[in-house]
Order: sequence, then C-alpha cells, then structure tokens
Amino acid sequence: MKVIEMGAELGIYKSCVSARSTDKELLKHAQDGGIVSTLFAYALDEGIIDGAIVAASKEFAKANPSKIMLDNSNWDMIEPWRPIPAIVNTKAELLAAAGTKYNISPNVSLLKEATRSFGLDKIGIVGTPCQMQAVRKAQLYPVGMRDVGASIALAVGIFCMENFPYQSILQLVEDHAAMKMESVKKMEIGKGKFWVYGKRGQVVQLPLKVTHKYEQPGCHVCLDYVANLGDISTGSVGSPDGWSTVFVRSKIGDSVWAKAMAAGCFETQAIEKVKPGLELVSKLANEKISKNKKTLEERATFGVGKALRNPYI
Amino acid sequence: MADKITVGYTHLSGCTGCTVALADNYAGLLTLLDKYVDLKYMPTLADARHIQKVDVSFVEGSVCINDKLAVAEIKETREKSAVVVALGGCACYGNITRFSRGGQQNQPAHEAYLPIGDLIKVDVYIPGCAPTPQLIRNVAVMAYLLLKGDKNQKDLATAYLKPLMMAADKGTSACFCDLMTNVINQGLCMGCGACAAACPVNAITHEYGKPQGERDLCIKCGACYNQCPRSWFSFDVVSNYEAINEAIMAALQ
Repeated sequence: MKVIEMGAELGIYKSCVSARSTDKELLKHAQDGGIVSTLFAYALDEGIIDGAIVAASKEFAKANPSKIMLDNSNWDMIEPWRPIPAIVNTKAELLAAAGTKYNISPNVSLLKEATRSFGLDKIGIVGTPCQMQAVRKAQLYPVGMRDVGASIALAVGIFCMENFPYQSILQLVEDHAAMKMESVKKMEIGKGKFWVYGKRGQVVQLPLKVTHKYEQPGCHVCLDYVANLGDISTGSVGSPDGWSTVFVRSKIGDSVWAKAMAAGCFETQAIEKVKPGLELVSKLANEKISKNKKTLEERATFGVGKALRNPYI
Repeated sequence: MADKITVGYTHLSGCTGCTVALADNYAGLLTLLDKYVDLKYMPTLADARHIQKVDVSFVEGSVCINDKLAVAEIKETREKSAVVVALGGCACYGNITRFSRGGQQNQPAHEAYLPIGDLIKVDVYIPGCAPTPQLIRNVAVMAYLLLKGDKNQKDLATAYLKPLMMAADKGTSACFCDLMTNVINQGLCMGCGACAAACPVNAITHEYGKPQGERDLCIKCGACYNQCPRSWFSFDVVSNYEAINEAIMAALQ
C-alpha cells in the first residue's frame, strides 16, 4: 500500500487562496464563500460545462423532476435534508440546489447518465474526496463508464473529514439538537462543533464528540481531507468566516480558475495573510490521515489471523 | 514493424460486443494498428483467423465445455501467448452465459459455459459488458509500454496493469453481491455512486446513499465491483491521472 507521506497532506496544487464570491445574491444561498456555485455558474455561462451534477433536495427534485433519476414519485416518502443527485443546467437551478447537506449523496451515480439521457458533453461534478477518487478511477479504468472520462470538464472537490448516513443526521438533529428536520435552515461543521440553524433563528451546537459515533464507517479508511483529485478543491477550513480556502490543482482547474478570476467572479486574499490559514488545514488533514491510517492498520489484524480487506494497492 | 507487439484475438462464446467496443476506438484503433500493434489473427476484423504465436491474446467470450473446438482454442491460445487478456464480462466472469442451461438451436447440447480462467491461467482482466473502448485502448497502450517501453514506461505500465492482474488472480465469479460482501460488509462503502453508473443493466440504485441491487436484473459482469473505488485503488496510478491520460492521448495522436 502506498503510504501518504506527511507533508503531502494538502495534495498537489498549483495555487491556493482564500476566496469569496462577488455575487451577493448567490452568497445568500451558499454554505461559505460560494465557491462551488459561483464556479459552476460561471462555467455554465461560458460553456465550459453544459451541466453539473450536484446534491439537490426534495424541493428541487419535486420542482424539477426531469433533472433527477429517481423512480419514487411519492414525494411524501422523501425526507427533508435527504440529498438527491441532480443535473443542473442553469444558474437558477444551481442556486435552488446549493448548500451542504451533510449526508451521503451518490453524485457519481449520475456520471454516465449525464452523458446519455441528460445529453451533456461537458460535465461539471462536485463531490467529496472519495467521490473525486471515483471520478478519476472512472477516467483511468473505465470498466463501466464508456465515453464518460473525456466528458468530465470540471470536477470540484470539497474538503471532508467524514460524512453521515441520513439516519445519523436525523438522530443528531431530532434527538440531540431537539429540532425538526423540516425546520432546519442550515447545518454546518466548524470550530469543533456541529451547528444546526433553525428557520426561526434558533441555533444549536453539538460537540463533535457526540457526532463521531454517527459517522459513516466507510469514511474511516479515507486518506484524503482536501480532495487531492479535484480540478479545484475548496472548503471553509483555513479561511475567515464567509470565505473559503481554494486549491487549484490540475491544468483544467488552473484554466477555469484564471478565467473566473479575470471575469471578476471572486475576491481573494493571500492564504498566507488570513487566519487561521493553511496551518489549520494541514493540522486537520494530518489528523484525519493519521487516524485513518491507524484504522487501516487495525483492520490488518482485526480478527484472529484474519484481516479486514484493504482497498488500497 | 519490428517494434510493434504481436496481438491475437480469440473469439469464443461472446456476442461480438467486445469486438465492436474495440472497433469503437475508431481512429484510435487505426493509430494502434499503425504504430503499436501487429494484429496477427482475429475473426471479424482480420483475414487470418487461426491462433498463432503472439505477445498478447485478447479473448472474448466464455468457453463452452461441450464444444471440443472451443476447449482446444482456449488451450492453444494459452500455449501460444505470452500474455492472455480476458476481454469483457463473459471471458472474465461468465457474465450472461452463466445463465445458460442449454437447449438453444442449433446446438441444444451446448449448455455448460465457463469463464476462461476456469480452464487456463489468465494474466489480465478487462471486465465490463461491453468493456469500454477506452479501457481496451488503455490496456493496449500499457501492454505496448510494458513490452517495448523504457524503464519508466515499463514501471508505469506495471503499476497501471497491476489491479487488472490482481482481478484476474482473484477469481472467475462476479455479481452485484460483491458490493455487499466485499465492500459494504467490509465497512468500506462511502456511497459515491460509481457502481450504479457502471452497471450496464441499471440494476443498481441507491437507498440512503448505499447501493441497492435488483439482483434478478444482475447479469454478473463485474462492472460495479471493479468500478468501485473501494474494491481496488492505487494512489500511485490514480494520483497521476492527468499525466497518464495525457500520455495515452499523445500516444494515439
């Protein structure tokens, strides 16, 4: 197994800044600095992508049934805050779908269909580090992804410490935070807490100690915090409130980011100048990688002379 | 000509979909044949059809063990090839031919079909029903680099082909159930959705972020499990996706 060396925790990148969208309307819908939404809105406008795969909500799916792949037409069965992978083709659709859902959205499940019934030639996709791994594996080893790889025009990765099954979020919000799912306006992990913001202005914070046991087990073998395989990757960590840290990684990412900057899509600050800066990103990345490497080691001697499977070769 | 690798194509019980997938590289196939590959024999696409001594054999289809000719051909393919590549779901895992019970015209007694790995040692798998033109192309370029490249190219080709060689070692059966037994049961699934996208028969959906298989639809091709980033994943190779993609595209110019 390839060991990820310390110091490589931020992946390969061409540039890194702290950034915020200049689109004030868009920022109202955004999780942090509106990076993903602004990038996709710009890429859609410029024809860099002709659609993007995003994690939408039941409300979006109900209003745009042709943008999703879901047999279930009984919308009462779909819970609030359950992410539904969807294809967006316009800025309005993009904004209607924006915001972090904090539970699993299998966005890669639409990757092939995006090029088929959705007719995309240039796909944008946003996802977690593991989803970026799936995208790149699909490009290099397209076992069941015919004619998909070359159609991926912009893959944006988001920082991720862990994800939650839907039922975990349900338990955290309704049991621990004592709020109804449908009354939640926003969820957020930051400053060592899980935050739940209600539509009527109430705020509940849970210590991460409480949330750990609800994490998705598959996340505990992941060795990537900052989406090393995105064309561009972004997350709130490292930047001041309302801003996002942005790594520009690939040639595609570099080209799209330069054009978006030239078009005035973002205001930026040097990452070295902002607090808490890259030091915190590195610290959290190393914490995740060390913890999960330990999990992988424990899996190797899990039983009596029997190991759990290691996916990495 | 001397620098090309010699390649053969043995066609057993397969639907010719793998052949079509190979041909669907269009101009890329012509470049492959111009620069890298001397195609010694292949039903459908070449004049010579009988098995010859070659560097690499691609085998499409499973083996009907009730058909003496098919059994002789897979054995001869093994004896005359340095590297045997099982191309497509049937050669790798049996795929749809797993469901055969015979009785079909004009050979009703041809009822028992096995993936080629049950009769011979197989070196590399290219799973998928049909396998994608891009994966066939990538493996062909990598096979060339492995046999004719410089040290760096050999290293790259070895690293690239390693998981497909491990898949060949792993076994000859595949099913949606592999996602349950080898990924979810092992605590490795993170709900990316790659399996659902890879499935050629749309047998996989996601319920609350985890794959849900319509097992009666599953044709046992192995695409879902092999596409899963938690079945096998090489940081060495995938982290260099940009350079490798560029190198393959440049090779086919």
